[in-house]
Amino acid sequence: MSENPKILEERAPSFLSEVIGLLKSNISQYFMFIALIVIMIFFTITTDGIFISSRNISNLINQMGYIAVLAVGMTLVIVIRHIDLSVGYLAGFLGAFAAIAMTAWGLPVYAVIPMVLILGIASGLLTSTPIAKLGVPAFVSTMAAGLIFRGALLLVTMGTGTIIIKDKVFNAIGNGFIPDIPDFGFLDNNHKVTLLLGALGIILFILSAIKGRKTKLSYNFKVPSMPIFILELVLIAAIIGYVSWVLSGYNGLSWSLVVVLLVVAVFTFITTKTPLGRHIYAVGGNPEAAELSGISVSKITFIVFGAMGMLASLSGILYASRLQSATTTAGLGFETDAIAAAFVGGVSAAGGVGTIPGSIVGALVMMSLTSGMNLMGIDISIQYIVRGAVLVGAVIVDRATRKGK
Amino acid sequence: MEDSILEMKSITKEFPGVKALDEVTFSVARGEIHCLVGENGAGKSTLMKVLSGVHPFGSYSGDIFIDGVVQQFNGIRDSEKAGIAIIYQELALIPELSVYENIFLGNEIHNGLVIDTNKTIQEAAEILKKVGLDVSPEVKVKTLGVGKQQLIEIAKALKKEVKILILDEPTAALNETDSDNLMELIKGLKQHGVTSILISHKLREVLSIADTITVLRDGKTICTLDNREHLVTDSVLIKHMVGRSIDNVFPRREKIEPGEEVLRLENWCAFSPALGRDILKDINISVRAGEIVGIAGLMGSGRTELAKSIFGNPDRFRVSGTLWVKGEEQKFRSPGDAIHSQLAYVTEDRKGNGLILIDDVRHNITLANLKEIATRGIINENEEIVIASNYKQSLNIKTPSIEQKVRNLSGGNQQKVSLGKWLFVKPGVMILDEPTRGIDVGAKYEIYTIMNSLVEKGMSIIMISSELPEILGMSDRVYVMSAGKIKGELSADEFSQEKIMAMAVDY
Repeated sequence: MSENPKILEERAPSFLSEVIGLLKSNISQYFMFIALIVIMIFFTITTDGIFISSRNISNLINQMGYIAVLAVGMTLVIVIRHIDLSVGYLAGFLGAFAAIAMTAWGLPVYAVIPMVLILGIASGLLTSTPIAKLGVPAFVSTMAAGLIFRGALLLVTMGTGTIIIKDKVFNAIGNGFIPDIPDFGFLDNNHKVTLLLGALGIILFILSAIKGRKTKLSYNFKVPSMPIFILELVLIAAIIGYVSWVLSGYNGLSWSLVVVLLVVAVFTFITTKTPLGRHIYAVGGNPEAAELSGISVSKITFIVFGAMGMLASLSGILYASRLQSATTTAGLGFETDAIAAAFVGGVSAAGGVGTIPGSIVGALVMMSLTSGMNLMGIDISIQYIVRGAVLVGAVIVDRATRKGK
Repeated sequence: MEDSILEMKSITKEFPGVKALDEVTFSVARGEIHCLVGENGAGKSTLMKVLSGVHPFGSYSGDIFIDGVVQQFNGIRDSEKAGIAIIYQELALIPELSVYENIFLGNEIHNGLVIDTNKTIQEAAEILKKVGLDVSPEVKVKTLGVGKQQLIEIAKALKKEVKILILDEPTAALNETDSDNLMELIKGLKQHGVTSILISHKLREVLSIADTITVLRDGKTICTLDNREHLVTDSVLIKHMVGRSIDNVFPRREKIEPGEEVLRLENWCAFSPALGRDILKDINISVRAGEIVGIAGLMGSGRTELAKSIFGNPDRFRVSGTLWVKGEEQKFRSPGDAIHSQLAYVTEDRKGNGLILIDDVRHNITLANLKEIATRGIINENEEIVIASNYKQSLNIKTPSIEQKVRNLSGGNQQKVSLGKWLFVKPGVMILDEPTRGIDVGAKYEIYTIMNSLVEKGMSIIMISSELPEILGMSDRVYVMSAGKIKGELSADEFSQEKIMAMAVDY
């Protein structure tokens, strides 16, 4: 071309300037995470440390399980420019269905859970058929489906009202904890298997980070400087370590959290590492361009809503299990919480933008607010107002930081 | 000293990291047609945004004088009051509203509460007459073609007391007839005392209409040329625009004997359920290996529809006829099938259906062929970075990094990303739909060079283009389309602008 591009001299940046550079370029990613830590510190101070106690953190995490799995699915739905208003009642209905299958029909729990998950997928596919095939707005199609599921829930619980679930295995999903090894005089007050798993997690994380860095170097790619790399390792290891330590101080890792972690891991993997994940974001970013790139937009729509349906059924199982019963009002407002978590976590309604870990942080922010304000004895009326303000505030900040780039 | 209606003196405008305008001086005489030319990124649009108040007073340095009086615009409203109207390349009409509602949008005639519909329609009709547009003010804008919509934009501007009319690439989306009409209209407005500033990449158009031409390059005023006698030539302009002379706008290519037939259409027809009419009628074409086959024709002649109907028919036209690719009959059910048979389609509308603008260069390049870089269902991102970097280098994509969002690149570089994306599917036949629309001269030359190197390696290219010089300069053979039919086929030694035009307007 007309002139040679100017060659910028590359100087090794100082440690501090590299940290600041990283923070600046990723501010919209880190912002909510930092906000979460600020919120947690705030409640820890205002509740004299009760908020950060093992017992409270454990409860908080176990309570958010059924919203967290919905938020994962909702993230994908919003990424492809749709919305799903049916998932709350779908979760409620399928929870009741599971209860009936176990109590009235006497089916074993190991048969009931896969059956309910498949029903969830089928419901999601059915709900999305008008969207994917006829172009009916998701808002309408899923709202209609929500009404239908609500009716179905009332119908199946009409004779019985609340259905008490007695199955121990089923109830353990929402209330139980992973088993521990017997005490042997060391760390007797802590859940040792949880600590072991935490340590294992840290080791696996460090090993995979080192391997990733080595591969990048073998390609001659630029990698963060060694101090930054170590700082990153230390920070994440510290977070995993701290969380396992806090949880081990109560009953250890709950089965709910195991379920959530599995869902998050699987869906994060799919969205970031596989062609399917790329296709989902491409459809969200520009459906027409995606179609012309050989991606079937309707197929992606079915897959995403199918996954959403499965996660809704999982949410229903977690909720019914936690309450050890199926109630006529189960599912009320779940979808709103899931949508709020996704938006707080940085998902864009314009499509194509949003991550699963982001939405989980969003769910944690909303749950921490509820838990913290409950502990402070703040009235429910004020709680709603605060949560509404945080939701809109988070989205405003998200937009502002994105535009700045 | 001439009578200047507008003077912009020492205008400097900086964006973070870039000096978009550097001491630009721009002076327009009363009643003239002043063309502003320059490569993309030269600063033309920024200069007009400073003038129209989009970049408010204080965000730039330098002074704007209108009729000798210093102006301080804080927004479009201010500049409108001073008699400046600007019409952007992307039309700002509301398709679902009628012509008269659009013309009076934001300036409705009302009695304090209710819109006076009758009076509005009457006034709209008068304004439409001024721009020579013969449509009912009551039809919805979406029923009109782009050319007519452009005229409605101008009508909208004329409704206000306009002294200076700015048109930013008004003919980019117009066919020759509509462009000519628009040029006539601008000349007509000149007779009525309206001063026009025209930004355009179409040099022929500029040379035929401009009284004065100002060339910008890299945010600086390079020169202002007097063209009242129409003595300026395009090679002079190009030299000023790029700072060097391009001896030949189209790079030379060794003519090679075309190889075997790679694509053939027989009795190809398509019906659009959305439009309720036949859009392609009895098309028979053939493409051989190593050829560039041009498809000429006016806007709306069915060229893009032809491309899409071949490429897996994503718009769900009802198609009949037979398609052979490399000697095998194919019935593609989706673009995915077409890609599988080594077809590629670089779309006309990069932003609309070509690229994922909010995603980065790397992801865009690999999107249509992810399986190539996935092992056991997992994308190898390192491999992906290598591939994207290679295309960045070989296609000379100017971007700070392959992690840059495509949205932030210039038109020419976006087009190169599009090309990279489709080269990565390793196609045998590549359909390029308006490959150089809206991109600057330098980038055009680069794209032509890339096209030549591809056909030299045995690829076939079908090039749809509205620019006749491009069709003539690049094609081995040309099919001319009109009203959904192939009107004729011309080989390189027999085609001329006149022959193609005659076929294109033959309805």
